[in-house]
Amino acid sequence: MKEVPLQTEVKSANRIKVSSLAKTRKRSDYFWAYLMIAPTMLGLFIFYLWPIVQNFYFSFTEWGAFGQYEWTGLDNYKRLLEDATLLQAFKNTSIYIIFTVPIGIFLSIIVAVLLNQNIKGKSIYRTLYFLPVITMPAAIAMVWKWLYNADYGMFNYLLSLVGIEGPQWVSDPNIALYSIIAVAIWSGIGYNMVIFLSGLQGIPKMYYEAAEIDGAGPVTVFFKITLPLLSPVIFFVSIMSLIGAFQVFDLIFMMIGKSSTALESTQSIVYLFYQHAFVLNDKGYAAAIAVLLLAVILIITAIQMVLQKKWVHYD
Amino acid sequence: MDRSLKLFKSKTFLFHFILIIGAAAMVLPFLWMILTSLKTYAESIQVPPVLIPEDFQWGNYKEVFGLLPFFKFMYNTVIITVLRTAGQLFLCSLAAYAFARIEFPGRNILFLLALTVLMVPGQVFLLPQYMIMVKLGWLNSLQAVIVPGLFSAFGTFLLRQFFMGLPKELEEAARLDGCNHFQIYWRVMLPLAKPGLIALGIFTTLWSWNELMWPMIVNSSPESMTLSAGLSSLQGQFLTNYPILMAGSFLAILPMLILFIFLQKQFIEGIAVTGGK
Repeated sequence: MKEVPLQTEVKSANRIKVSSLAKTRKRSDYFWAYLMIAPTMLGLFIFYLWPIVQNFYFSFTEWGAFGQYEWTGLDNYKRLLEDATLLQAFKNTSIYIIFTVPIGIFLSIIVAVLLNQNIKGKSIYRTLYFLPVITMPAAIAMVWKWLYNADYGMFNYLLSLVGIEGPQWVSDPNIALYSIIAVAIWSGIGYNMVIFLSGLQGIPKMYYEAAEIDGAGPVTVFFKITLPLLSPVIFFVSIMSLIGAFQVFDLIFMMIGKSSTALESTQSIVYLFYQHAFVLNDKGYAAAIAVLLLAVILIITAIQMVLQKKWVHYD
Repeated sequence: MDRSLKLFKSKTFLFHFILIIGAAAMVLPFLWMILTSLKTYAESIQVPPVLIPEDFQWGNYKEVFGLLPFFKFMYNTVIITVLRTAGQLFLCSLAAYAFARIEFPGRNILFLLALTVLMVPGQVFLLPQYMIMVKLGWLNSLQAVIVPGLFSAFGTFLLRQFFMGLPKELEEAARLDGCNHFQIYWRVMLPLAKPGLIALGIFTTLWSWNELMWPMIVNSSPESMTLSAGLSSLQGQFLTNYPILMAGSFLAILPMLILFIFLQKQFIEGIAVTGGK
């Protein structure tokens, strides 16, 4: 009889021990968690999160020659609305996107589908198509500028062989933007191809086998099976390409000279941001351009999110 | 039977035909870069173009090194790339482990904050980051490029996905053996997240090596310049001397090209992973 209370005592003592153990374990969990995220969170806060706030603040200021700035309210935003150069940059960027994103995706799907077939030399092709992806845009811009050279460039020489006088690829205001677009498409195919290829490999073989039994031709298979099942990947790639294309800078900066006649018809929004921020020391206005860029990218992403319901198939 | 074999053959022929045209388009500009870099200036502007230079002008490469401190640029770029990549791999995986495997108060809010950074285009940070560098007196120094590049919301997000996919039992076993969280992270989880680490490593290496705008803004002196920015200033000096410009360009891409040739599989799979997640 005496043993019974003793046992419960032991039990409750155990329970206390267990729960205090759980408590210290929890406390040690918290300790480690905060310690482990601290460097990254601190770095992100100092170099990324707080700067977002600061950039908003800067967008309401005007800067003087010696780095001093004063609050000017909505002036920069009013200026955004009236800035013809910005409007032109917006147009340039839009044209750049309208051509690079769909054509780039289209070509890389074709390459990915071909490389997904049972053919020889797949890995060699894959490596070659991937070359531009690992190459720095500054170097890519240089070699293409050389190919585009109006007097001694390869393209105009080849055109002259068939009796055509080649254009001024990078200095004619009507053509330069499209020359840049071609380079952008060329250098992006390998990247998207790899992503599409891994998407294609994720499509179960049984769909194709079933189609074969039904006697479907390759074109039907492509449009009825491959494309719909690849649509989540296409959606992802199109969002990422769009965001990337919106921020085009390197190619334009390297290919179009500062005093080029084609500058106005090629400069992108980010190029204009760079100009105002670091060349003209018009940092307040540059900050406002950055805010505009953020707003446009968020809106476009939101629109795509809504539109995806119409064409993206999830299983 | 015979007919279907023929059809099959013509189909593969067509595939190869298309792929070879594409591959040629990818490779020929690089070939032209190398060939031009070995020509004399006179050869480079000859019409019709000289395909193979008569004497290979290796002197063009020497000239690039003489005209600009190209070795210094290369050294700077290597240091920046290595430190950023190593730093990100360590710091991101550390934070990613905590976000994925430990429950703690404020976890969701903090992670959401990190995700905000992912949604915002880089130009929004650029001006304030520049002001920070001015205040710290870090302009024209390697740390101006290295330090902000040590922290990555993208890397944290990517590795968190990897850690979340690992089985819970491993961790429990390690805990029963008396391991603390750092030990579990270091000994158990990190080796299992290798594909993620390789992917992030490749991605960061490529990005750091090729980046133009930020290094150009903060480091304008030759002492701390990177290759990308160096090419831009080379172009400023030799507007039309294409053999020299091509030699500089080829030198700038050569280290990454060599790395790629040795690590092709990792590069391509790494990009597929970072893109697909």
